[in-house]
Amino acid sequence: MSKISYIQPDGNVLAVDAAPGTSVMHVALVNDVLGIVAECGGNTMCATCHVYVDAGDLVQLPEMEGDEDAMLDCTASPREPNSRLSCQIKVPAESAGITVRVPERQV
Amino acid sequence: MSEARTVLTGQDAVVIIGAGQAGFQAAASLRDEGFAGRITLIGDEPYLPYQRPPLSKTYLAGSLDEEGLTLRPASFFERNSIELLMGDTAVAIDRDKQEVKLASGRLVGYAHLILATGTRPRPLVAEGADLAGVHILRTKDDADALRPCLGDGSRVAVIGGGFIGMEFAAVAADAGHEVVVIEGLARIMARSVSPELSEYVTAAHRGRGTRMLLGSGVQRLTGDAGRVTGVVLADGETAAADVVLVGIGVLPNAELARDAGLEVANGIAVDGSLLTADPRISAIGDCANYPSAHDSGRPTRLESVQNAVDHARHVAARLTGGSYAAYQKVPWFWTHQLGLNVQIAGIGSADDDCVLRKDPAGEKFSIYRFQSQRLVCVESVNQPGAHMLARRMLAGEVRPSPAQVADPGSDLKALLTPAV
Repeated sequence: MSKISYIQPDGNVLAVDAAPGTSVMHVALVNDVLGIVAECGGNTMCATCHVYVDAGDLVQLPEMEGDEDAMLDCTASPREPNSRLSCQIKVPAESAGITVRVPERQV
Repeated sequence: MSEARTVLTGQDAVVIIGAGQAGFQAAASLRDEGFAGRITLIGDEPYLPYQRPPLSKTYLAGSLDEEGLTLRPASFFERNSIELLMGDTAVAIDRDKQEVKLASGRLVGYAHLILATGTRPRPLVAEGADLAGVHILRTKDDADALRPCLGDGSRVAVIGGGFIGMEFAAVAADAGHEVVVIEGLARIMARSVSPELSEYVTAAHRGRGTRMLLGSGVQRLTGDAGRVTGVVLADGETAAADVVLVGIGVLPNAELARDAGLEVANGIAVDGSLLTADPRISAIGDCANYPSAHDSGRPTRLESVQNAVDHARHVAARLTGGSYAAYQKVPWFWTHQLGLNVQIAGIGSADDDCVLRKDPAGEKFSIYRFQSQRLVCVESVNQPGAHMLARRMLAGEVRPSPAQVADPGSDLKALLTPAV
């Protein structure tokens, strides 16, 4: 098990267990994490599961695909270099954990 | 009857009939907008609100489990004080008393009622339609009944080449089954997509070995000892089948509204702000027939996640903010078949002029559909960037001309960026 830490805009942190291979979006929904809307259910269609990945954790993730890149141009909160769609981030097998920041707005 | 209010207060109760994507979103958005009154969400299925799109895709294929299907865990509804009445059915609306009657006998009063009753599959009227092995696909129970049939090498017949039928055909073909699709019209997904896209997707299914019988009616289904064995076509040929999926469209669940005296015409009739003739009753999602700004104000009933979600948000904003602005969102939807990511923005018509714009690298293209030189719809295959751009273009007035789309050297994105 790895840990995913979700940091809310107000600084609140929720750290939860996550099985390798599950998506950061899925783990957020199951644990009722605030601010992950996931309107399309994880199909890279809506950009409402936007997160900012901790810079140190970004390197352990595979490069994003073109469709995720296209969707990130349409986020409600500004896109940053560490922006990702949490539906496309799978918890790596060899990982102590990932920390992500939840944006102010998803819609 | 109390006086109709434009903005609800914390003393008011909202009742939502239907706990699908639209009903769920209405409840969630009311809380997002700060509504503090009582919210009751009524659903006739005995499950927490769940997503329907995966039922014909990843859930059916087995790559998404039940937990992944659920929209939110129970804790979400508790935290937001959303009362869930699951496994109960609304049977009548008393508009004078502002009260909903449930099958259990329970009465629930409302200051505002949101109808999010959805649709149900159109039944196949043919001899043998009730044989074992003949399925429909709308609910989780339907998918659970269908899933085991995909375990062993079966002969699968799909009656109806709409989205559900074609998505199921794709999953069945991927699982190694022998698949035949029987469509009464001359092309698949004809109500929603251009002839060009129909043709492309048809070729993809044929390439996977699926038999595509277009313009082909169904006479009856044959059976042996109560189980289906085949589909007899209008021309007399029989397609052998162990499993039959019927996907011939849906009927809006509008009976509750009709019985309550509300106007019903291909769904529950609402105005531009998604309100029925009763100022205390709104209708949203698949069941609502509204004048669409994206279809020349024509009465429009759409069946999609986007439509459900955006309708719900619109009504929540009206109930909490009092604005009766018209709903304006660009319709969009998607289908995944055989590795193709098909995304559609806007509403096309049969007589559109279509312009193809292809990415030279691989199987990526979009079909731009025009009405009198005005862009009204874009269908993208494996081109999410073009799809997102289309959504933005269709939301505004700056739209490319057919000539600009046809010119592979033109930068469509630059059109939306104001010149510095």
